[in-house]
Amino acid sequence: MWEQSFRDKSFERRLFRARAIVAAIIVLIALGGLTWRMVYLQVELHEKYKDLSDNNRVQIRPVGPNRGLIYDRNGVLLAENIPYYSLTIVPERTRDLEETLQFLNDLVGVSERDREQFEKRLSYRRRPFEPVVLRHKLSEEEIAAVAVNRYYLPGVDVEAQLVRHYPQGKAFAHVLGYVGRINQMDQEKLEQDEENKRRYSATQYIGKTGIERRYEHLLHGNVGYEKVETNARGRLLRTLERQNPEPGTDLTLHLDSRLQLLAAELMEGRRGAVVAIEVETGGILAHFSNPSFDPNAFVTGISYADYGLLNNDPDKPLIDRAGYGTYPPASTLKPFIGLAALQAGATSWNYRIKDPGWYQLENDERFYRDWKREGHGTVDLEAAVVESCDTYFYDIAVRTGIDRLTPFLGKFGFGRDMSLDVITATSGLLPDKEWKRAYRRSAWYPGDTVNLGIGQGFMLVTPLQMATATAVLANRGKWQVPHLLLAENDEPIAIEHGPIDDIQLNDERNWDRMFTAMEHVITGRHGTARSLLKNLRFPIAGKTGTAQVVSIPQGEKYDSEALKERQRDHAWFMGFGPVENPQIAVAVLVENGESSGRTAAPIAQALINEYLGGAEG
Amino acid sequence: MASTDFSRTVSTPSHHYSFSGSDAFFARIHIDLILLLLILALAATGLLILYSGSGQDFGMVRRQAIHFGIGIVLLIITAQIPPRLFQLIAPWAWGTGVLLLIGVLLFGVGAKGAQRWLDLPGALPRFQPSELVKLALPLTVAWFMAKRPVPPRFKDLLQAMIIIVVPTVLILKQPDLGTSILISTSGMLVLFFAGMSWALILSMISIVAAMAPVMWFFVMHDYQKQRVLTFLDPESDPLGTGWNIIQSKTAIGSGGIHGKGYLMGSQSQLEFLPESHTDFIIAVLAEETGLIGVCLLLTLYALIILRCLYISSRCETLFGRLLSGSMSITFFIYVFVNIGMVSGILPVVGVPLPLVSYGGTSVVSLLLGFGLIMSMYTHRQRK
Repeated sequence: MWEQSFRDKSFERRLFRARAIVAAIIVLIALGGLTWRMVYLQVELHEKYKDLSDNNRVQIRPVGPNRGLIYDRNGVLLAENIPYYSLTIVPERTRDLEETLQFLNDLVGVSERDREQFEKRLSYRRRPFEPVVLRHKLSEEEIAAVAVNRYYLPGVDVEAQLVRHYPQGKAFAHVLGYVGRINQMDQEKLEQDEENKRRYSATQYIGKTGIERRYEHLLHGNVGYEKVETNARGRLLRTLERQNPEPGTDLTLHLDSRLQLLAAELMEGRRGAVVAIEVETGGILAHFSNPSFDPNAFVTGISYADYGLLNNDPDKPLIDRAGYGTYPPASTLKPFIGLAALQAGATSWNYRIKDPGWYQLENDERFYRDWKREGHGTVDLEAAVVESCDTYFYDIAVRTGIDRLTPFLGKFGFGRDMSLDVITATSGLLPDKEWKRAYRRSAWYPGDTVNLGIGQGFMLVTPLQMATATAVLANRGKWQVPHLLLAENDEPIAIEHGPIDDIQLNDERNWDRMFTAMEHVITGRHGTARSLLKNLRFPIAGKTGTAQVVSIPQGEKYDSEALKERQRDHAWFMGFGPVENPQIAVAVLVENGESSGRTAAPIAQALINEYLGGAEG
Repeated sequence: MASTDFSRTVSTPSHHYSFSGSDAFFARIHIDLILLLLILALAATGLLILYSGSGQDFGMVRRQAIHFGIGIVLLIITAQIPPRLFQLIAPWAWGTGVLLLIGVLLFGVGAKGAQRWLDLPGALPRFQPSELVKLALPLTVAWFMAKRPVPPRFKDLLQAMIIIVVPTVLILKQPDLGTSILISTSGMLVLFFAGMSWALILSMISIVAAMAPVMWFFVMHDYQKQRVLTFLDPESDPLGTGWNIIQSKTAIGSGGIHGKGYLMGSQSQLEFLPESHTDFIIAVLAEETGLIGVCLLLTLYALIILRCLYISSRCETLFGRLLSGSMSITFFIYVFVNIGMVSGILPVVGVPLPLVSYGGTSVVSLLLGFGLIMSMYTHRQRK
């Protein structure tokens, strides 16, 4: 403080000014340095950073194709894609997750199970800001409720996607099958093939059974791409470029929903299967198994509890009895045995026997009983077919011999899966000597041939096989492989004939003689399907069958009252119409239906009437 | 004390100020019109960039405009206060600041591993004492040096160093390396403007350079070391701390000469650029308006700094000159450190871009500082 009097004000000013000028120069140099840095980044390295910036924002995303639709032969929609709304939450965007869940519960209802599933999905590894599904299947009202309160629900969204829907529900479940989410196993299978991996890169659902699985390659379509701009969190902002996916092929099936729904209606309350085939083409008109299930439940994921109910149901609703259920053909095999014996010369239309009510092999004590205890008296081949005389067929089967019977039956497709596109179809069982040696470790006894003569014993057929054989019979031995697919995108497709020869009879007239015998099954005085007379609108040929579920010990009388319901005989009917110019062949099996004439035959007749009646009108 | 200062600032020979027209009006209310207009131009530019950088959040722009409003009012009020008063409160402000810094170390509230905040009782907002010291330190050093002869003697410099080092060490303890460097620099700048010899300046710079390795091993915390490492090689941590710098360089570089257009920057608008409304806001400008926009902004900053230096040299008192000079260069350092860090030539330290980055504290304290400069410049001693 003592030196201030010596202060030189102008020196102070000059000194400061000099320093200020130095400071200004340093400032300008430094700002120049920053400018140079900016020039370096924005001019020199511009291209590099422009690419980096574009890579940042532009992503290529696959776009899933719309699955092809499925129609019946009349254009009735069997499988469609409907919008399906899911409630999703981005937990990072909510203010308070617990509060949000509570609010949503008040708004649209969130079940305990939804909540559990949500917590589970939340615990999985996920990218930040990825939406997590809280609830599926929102109704229009629920969507509106969420939309109105959107402001209070940050991070909550309603996502729409197209999901498979089967408008006919249960009636077509087994034949159409269903799609389901691609699971680990599907994924591994898809990834074996690079092309498939690409095609499915945006797909969530895949055909699991039935037509959906069999024609997955047609229904799926091809993946498309879009170039999208996203933000740092991967949220889609806009689409820059798009290559549309190729939608899947629309399929038209031979199925006739009138017949299918009629079969479903008539089978109500029964277990069994109905298969109808168009004789001229082999097209499957109806393929129904009861009890059935709702395929829509499987599309977005069925709960363990619901699946357990279906899977553990003693009636086995998940099994396709039409394609996969195997039963002894019983007396429905008799027309084929008859033709085999005619072909082998073991019988003729004039060959008669006297039926005492039982049959005995030479040097064998055992009685092979006829279903009619007192016997049919003197019968020829036609009467044996009409009355279903067991003794006659025991006799001619033995006379033909197993070595000639099996190959001839095989010509009708027994013992092999002849279907082109029925994924559930199985081969059944056509026994011969080699089979018995290999699987039963025993020789073929003459008694086995006796049993085969009436379709009992080892032989097993599916309703689809029975319908196919009936169609081949009705077509006078000309083969058309059974198939479901009629057209792709309305373009009829050519069906390959299949690996089987047409059947040539030594005497072609035997076809019509057999048709007549089978017609008399309905119209004859002793016909086993006389009950069909009252509803007879078209001439029908057919054959009943009663397959034993339990074998009756020798010498005991069959008493259905004493047997529990599940031990009653299965009722079969196979037939076709009109007799002169067969158009439709039908096989019906009613498990524990006991009397074919009361259960199976009327169903077959109803289908034939419906089909021929509809064609007329 | 007051009387001595008085005698020192009596005469105003050959005064440059011409009192005429609106100039006369602004001179009477102690406002430098040119500097105010430059500041308003920068503020307007800042609000425009902020609208884009905030993801077109008009609410944020409005709040920032309110910050500017408050700041301008405080600027005008501060400009009315005679420099004498600042001289009077300077040592007290410094003392209070140091006590509060000690309080922070003893009772402070932490955030991200550092204690910087002091919880005030009742409804009072949290308070960061280092904000007070930012103003108090240069004020006190200027007050101290103004009473000593120029160029300063060595023992005066040593005493001044104590005023600088005590709060610097306390802030370093928090730890807040960035602020402690900025605060000590603002004090050193006073000494520079006071005429400290070049020999001393150069030897101090070499001492600091020699200290750097010592700092690295004994003073710096891991997160600070990490920042430096990331600065040296951003690719080493592309998703962590390196992400910011990679994305900001990408934003700047992709802008090119002409930019992508206002509100069209994909880096900024699509949320790739972090902190796009605060520390990294210059990258938004660079991306959307390109090199042209950046050059215009730098020019605006250069004009403000040069104008400040110019009016500093025209201050009547030594105290005024030292304080304004130091504050002008401190302002420049903020600009330089921020742009240097966003463009990748300096490590990432949390320094906002003055008057452009969003933030009330920063805007208000900067405008208050300009008010101080105007006060130093416009107040004449009346007899």
